[in-house]
This record gives sequence, C-alpha cells and structure tokens, in this order.
Amino acid sequence: MAIFQARTCLSRAFSTLAYHPLRVCVVGSGPAGFYTAEKLMKAHQGAEVDIIDRLPTPFGLVRSGVAPDHPETKIVVNQFSRVVQHERCSFFGNVTLGSSISLAELRELYHVVVLAYGAESDRVLGIPGEDLFGIHSAREFVWWYNGHPDCKNLDPDLKNTDTAVILGQGNVALDVARILLRPVTELATTDIATHALHVLEESSIRRVYLVGRRGPVQAACTAKELREVLGIKDIRIHIPEADLLKSPEDEEEIKNSRIQRRVYELLSKAASNGHSSPRLGQRELHFVFFRKPDSFFESDNRKGHVSGMHFEKTVLKGVGGGKQIAVGSGQFEDIESRIVLKSIGYKSVPVDGLPFDHQKGVVPNIRGRVLHDSSGDQTLLEEGLYVCGWLKRGPTGIIATNLYCAEETVASLFEDLDQGVLALQSCLPKPGKEGLLRLLGNRNVQVVPFSGWERIDSTERRLGSLKNKPREKLATWEELLKTAM
Amino acid sequence: MTETKVIQRAIFQKHHQFSTTADNASEQGSEQEEKCVKIFGHQLLNGLATTHQLVAWVTRWTCSIIVEDMMIGISVTFVDKDGEEKHLKVPIGMSMLEAAHENDIELEGACEGSLACSTCHVIVMDMEYYNKLEDPSDEENDMLDLAFGLTETSRLGCQVIAKPELDGIRLAIPAATRNFAVDGYVPKPH
Ligand SMILES: Cc1cc2nc3c(=O)[nH]c(=O)nc-3n(C[C@H](O)[C@H](O)[C@H](O)COP(=O)(O)OP(=O)(O)OC[C@H]3O[C@@H](n4cnc5c(N)ncnc54)[C@H](O)[C@@H]3O)c2cc1C
Ligand SMILES: NC(=O)c1ccc[n+]([C@@H]2O[C@H](COP(=O)([O-])OP(=O)(O)OC[C@H]3O[C@@H](n4cnc5c(N)ncnc54)[C@H](OP(=O)(O)O)[C@@H]3O)[C@@H](O)[C@H]2O)c1
Ligand code: FES
Repeated sequence: MAIFQARTCLSRAFSTLAYHPLRVCVVGSGPAGFYTAEKLMKAHQGAEVDIIDRLPTPFGLVRSGVAPDHPETKIVVNQFSRVVQHERCSFFGNVTLGSSISLAELRELYHVVVLAYGAESDRVLGIPGEDLFGIHSAREFVWWYNGHPDCKNLDPDLKNTDTAVILGQGNVALDVARILLRPVTELATTDIATHALHVLEESSIRRVYLVGRRGPVQAACTAKELREVLGIKDIRIHIPEADLLKSPEDEEEIKNSRIQRRVYELLSKAASNGHSSPRLGQRELHFVFFRKPDSFFESDNRKGHVSGMHFEKTVLKGVGGGKQIAVGSGQFEDIESRIVLKSIGYKSVPVDGLPFDHQKGVVPNIRGRVLHDSSGDQTLLEEGLYVCGWLKRGPTGIIATNLYCAEETVASLFEDLDQGVLALQSCLPKPGKEGLLRLLGNRNVQVVPFSGWERIDSTERRLGSLKNKPREKLATWEELLKTAM
Repeated sequence: MTETKVIQRAIFQKHHQFSTTADNASEQGSEQEEKCVKIFGHQLLNGLATTHQLVAWVTRWTCSIIVEDMMIGISVTFVDKDGEEKHLKVPIGMSMLEAAHENDIELEGACEGSLACSTCHVIVMDMEYYNKLEDPSDEENDMLDLAFGLTETSRLGCQVIAKPELDGIRLAIPAATRNFAVDGYVPKPH
C-alpha cells in the first residue's frame, strides 16, 4: 500500500513537475559528474540537477589531468558545457563537500545526492625514505603543469640533475615522461601552465627511467600513449631485449587481451629499432621492467633530499585467473636520481558521514547505490545516496568509462524511484538549490556559478591568444575567484 | 583560380576521359558531368571528401551512379541501444557520426570526430560490409582498444565515411546494458 501511494504521489510529482521537481545534487564536475547529470536529465523530465565542485572551474581531470598536448581529448568539455546550460542544470563552483557544507546537510537539502568527487590523493609505497625532498606524486606533478591552484607552488627541482625516475608504467607515468622529454618549444603552444613551462625550459633532465614492477606484457599503459612517447622527436629509447622474452603465461595473457598484445608489439618493435648509436646530448627514455621499489636513499651532501632508489628485481608468479604478480627475487639494483615521481595510482578521500572502504579507497556500493558499510551486506543501503566515477570504481578508466559508469548509477537510481525505495522521500518537497545557496550565503562562501567560470574561460583564452596558446590558465585561487566575480 | 577549382578541373578532366569511353556516353552524359563537378566541388569545399577519394570514385563507377548516390546518399540503418532500427540516407563523404547526429540518433562523440575518445564506437552488423571498409589506421585501432564492448567488426563511427559500396550497411550502437545475444547477434571477443 505504501509503495502504491508512493508511486501515485511520484507520478503526480513528475507529471506536474513544475511545482515539485526531483532535487538532485551531484558532487564533483568531472566526467562522472557531468555524465550523471546528462543521463539523469534525459531520463527524467522532472529532475533538477545542481553540480557542485570545490574548484571555481568545472570539468575535473579533463582540465587538471589530461595532458596539455592532448587538446582533442578535452573537446568533450563542449558537450559538458551544453549539459550545464540546460535550464534544469546549475553549476556551483568553489563549494567543497566536507568544509563548505557537510554530507548530512546536503542530504537534507536534496532528494538525491550523487557523489562523483574523484580521487584526490595518492597510493603510497610504504617504504623507507618516501618523505624525502625531491619525491613527488604524479598527481601533484600533473596538477602543477596543468595549473591546478593547489599545486602552483610545487616547484619541482629539474635543474640540479640530469636523471628522473618515474615509478609505474601506466598512462599517467607516460604523460609525465612525455612532458619531461618533449621539446619545450612544442609544449609552449599548448595550455600548459606558464610557471611549469618556465621550469621545463630550464630543465636539465636528459634521461628518464620508467620503472615497472612487472614485465612488458603487463605494462599498464595503452597503445596510443605508448606510440606517442616512443615517437617523441629526437629521443633514444632503451628497452632491454632480454625482458621481452615471453613465458607461456605471458603468451596466454597476450592472447586474451588485445590492449596488452598491441602494447607488447609496440615495445618489441621499439626495442629492435633502438640500435642506432647515440648522439651527444640526445634525450633518453629507459623502460625498466621487473623492478620493485625497495627504499629511497638520502643524499650525503643535501640532507633530507633523495639521491636515488634501491630496487629489488622481481619475477612473475601466477595467482590464478591468468593474473601474474611481481615477487622479489632477493637481488637488488640502484638507480641514482634526485627527482622521483611516483605514478602508482590515485586514491579517493572520505568525507564525514560517508561509508568508506579504506582498503580499496572507494565508497562501498552496489551498482552505484551506496552501502551502509563495507562489510559486504548488500541489503543495507544509504537512502538517496549514490556514487559514480573514480570514487565508485577506483582510479582507473578513461573519460568514456565514466559514461557507462554513470549509466549504471542512473539506472539504479531510477529503479529505486520506481520500486518505492526512494519514492516516499521524494514526495516531500526539498529546498534544493534555493536552500543550498541560502546556507552557503550564511557561511560567506563565494559561490562561482557557470557564468563565473565563463568569465574565467574567456579571460584565459584572451591571455592565451597573446602568447599563441589556446589558453593561459589562471593558476591561483585569488586570480580565479577575482576573475569569476 | 583557387586551389579547389584546380582540383575540380582535374577531376573533371579525369572524369571526362572516362565517360567518353563508357558505353552510354551521350548528351545526357555531359549534363551529368556538370552535376558531378558541382557535387564534387561541394564535397571538397566542405571537406567531406579528399581529391583522392573523388578520383577513385570517378574512375570506378559510371557517372549516373555517382550522381544518384551523391544526391540522395546511401541507405544506412542504425540499431540503437534498445534494438530499435532507424533508416537513413547518408550523403557520400559524410561520417556515420555526423549522420547519426543530424538524425537525432544517440551516438556519443565526445571528441567530435578527432579520433581521441572511442565513444562513437559502432558495430558493423554484417561481416560483408565490414570487409568493404578500409582497414582501420593504427590510430583508430589504438582508440578501438579502449572501446566498450569491442567486437571483431567494431569501428569508430567518426571514421566510417559513406561511400557507394556501403549502401545498405547496418550499424549497431553498443550499450552497457544491451545484450546482443538476445537479438541474435553474438559479439566475438577480441
Ligand atoms: C593525469 C591523468 C591524465 C588523464 N588523461 C586522460 C586522457 O587523456 N584521456 C582519457 O580518456 N582519460 C584520461 N584520464 C582519465 C580521466 O581523467 C578519468 O577517468 C576521469 O576524469 C575520472 O572522472 P571523475 O569524474 O570520477 O573524477 P575527476 O575528473 O577527478 O572529477 C572530480 C571532481 O570533483 C571535485 N572535487 C573533489 N573533491 C571535492 C569535494 N570535497 N567537494 C566538491 N568537489 C570536489 C574535483 O575538483 C573534480 O572537479 C586521465 C587521468 C589522469 C589522472
Ligand atoms: N591518454 C589516456 O587515455 C590516459 C592518460 C592518463 C591516464 N589515463 C587513465 O587513467 C587511469 C589511471 O592511470 P594511472 O597511470 O594512474 O594508473 P594505472 O594504469 O593503474 O597504472 C598504475 C601503475 O603503477 C604501478 N603500481 C601500482 N602500485 C605499485 C606499487 N606498490 N609498486 C610499484 N608499482 C606500482 C602499476 O603496476 P602493476 O601493473 O604491477 O600494478 C602500474 O604500472 C588509467 O586507467 C589510465 O588509462 C588515460
Ligand atoms: S568521436 Fe571521438 S573517436 Fe570518434
């Protein structure tokens, strides 16, 4: 009976949506947030979606992650901008879940809250010396060259050394290697942050080691990124040919994965091409396989600074399901380097009142429905609370992956509406946007609406055009907030 | 004379040689020639086809076929996420992504055809048609690697360009929730 009532109430709500919309708040304006908003509004004419983000700028990692020399990848912001221009959608920047507003408050204001705030911290290695100066996470380094206002002052020291070590062989590691090795003149016409361009112009890095704990068959990158890094102008590629030997288990992996096969083929081809004699001053990219980080060592003459790394050589061990992991072989090797960039994966951070699986670094969920705790009990759900993107699946996948991820979350949401789980609650009107803005106003939060971002956008483009760049990113909080006004 | 005009003339000459040796070369032929030149000019100007493609078509089909196809386009069927079919006419030289968007078909195109996203993934439903397409470039294959629900006859919609041989092609739009087996289509894993 209750369900029946709820349904009629709901259908009334949706058929006369003018006075009783379904109020939804999406937290995070990256691909997951925008795809969720788009799918939600398409599926329901009665849904009003407010997207909040802690930055004054939208688009998440499309702005602060995707490499400056990949402008085509960023074209997707056109689609996202069309979403937010819809009359049922709003963007409120400079609003941080957890400090500007709590999760409990947000859930009070809206029928539905979808969390899509990504993964803004890092996996750690947990080995000695990890806190030494000169060691950065790739996330910070990427934020720095992409003008994220939190990392403008990172100031990595690229002047006092000719060698950089990058830990990890995923696409982020390859992005970072490319930025370090690509001729700076080629970067100068991208939207790279100017503070980073200046440091790169003076960089003395000539040699980059990309270190993976497993072999070329297991390299986590994709063919597109690999092809690009292998094709950098005037660069010498080193790939130890002995590492290219495949075990029967490797053959099996390659047979089952098109990506792995194509990555392996590219690496083999590059290895056999790399026999020409080096030229003086030529930049070098070394692929190092089967090396597990063991510890960092401290410089003798610069206290507190890193001067290199111990690696343990590894061998692969099958663990079932066609998967092989790296195990230490007891043999060690050092690489000297005064700058180390850890690109071993991102990690999400919890907020107060949110169930969180600290081990996996994600919000426990079943097809996007937030579970009450991570004990695995799939019947206890957090009513009206959903999750999408890297916060839901963990920090992997390309922009498009979040599209399917959003489809799944939105499908769960509407199933719940339809089956009455959410229905009763959504019968009561909620304050939504008006309530949110009132509360933030009381707290003196300077909310940046989409029109504020548009002002930032046009300023950045104008400044960029003076320098033959697509845009000159404003990279401090002060500049961003001032321009948005 | 602009560059486009020069190209147009080159095509015209090439075409002229061809049509005078054809069986049905006649007065009517020259009218069609004019039409051809007009349409070719349009295709070139709008970047819908390269000179190379146009020359290839001219030397391979009789003029009337070209004119007809270019005016009304080829038949293309899209099978959407719910299995519903939509039949369209797609002008020669237009990509399947553009065609889908002009006809309100929900095919994603995050990078707007610049070969950087894989969201425009379509599945060519008949192997026979798949084989009529030129092999995907390395760059297309790199993006296909990442396409959701990849099959042996997957292509990127923005890279499939309408040409006369593709008349009748059927394209399925894969969906996270769609079970192809139900429709009698069994995707083969790569
Ligand atoms: C360096 C890098 C390069 C990449 N390059 C590519 C590429 O070239 N092509 C590709 O397809 N994919 C690429 N990816 C992957 C792609 O960026 C991700 O799949 C995608 O951005 C994840 O989307 P998301 O919405 O879950 O998270 P995000 O994009 O991270 O968005 C999260 C948003 O939430 C906001 N936020 C965080 N905390 C809060 C809070 N407390 N309150 C309010 N808002 C908050 C953030 O400011 C951010 O805007 C790259 C990833 C990285 C890390
Ligand atoms: N152009 C693009 O499309 C693009 C660009 C950038 C990022 N992205 C996407 O964004 C996602 C995140 O990229 P990512 O590079 O951060 O992650 P990733 O692809 O998961 O790569 C992580 C790397 O770190 C290694 N690693 C993890 N833990 C380690 C440890 N304890 N010790 C040593 N090595 C360790 C992994 O090795 P193991 O394999 O052995 O675990 C792997 O090489 C990916 O899905 C990526 O494809 C896409
Ligand atoms: S639209 Fe992006 S690859 Fe086709």
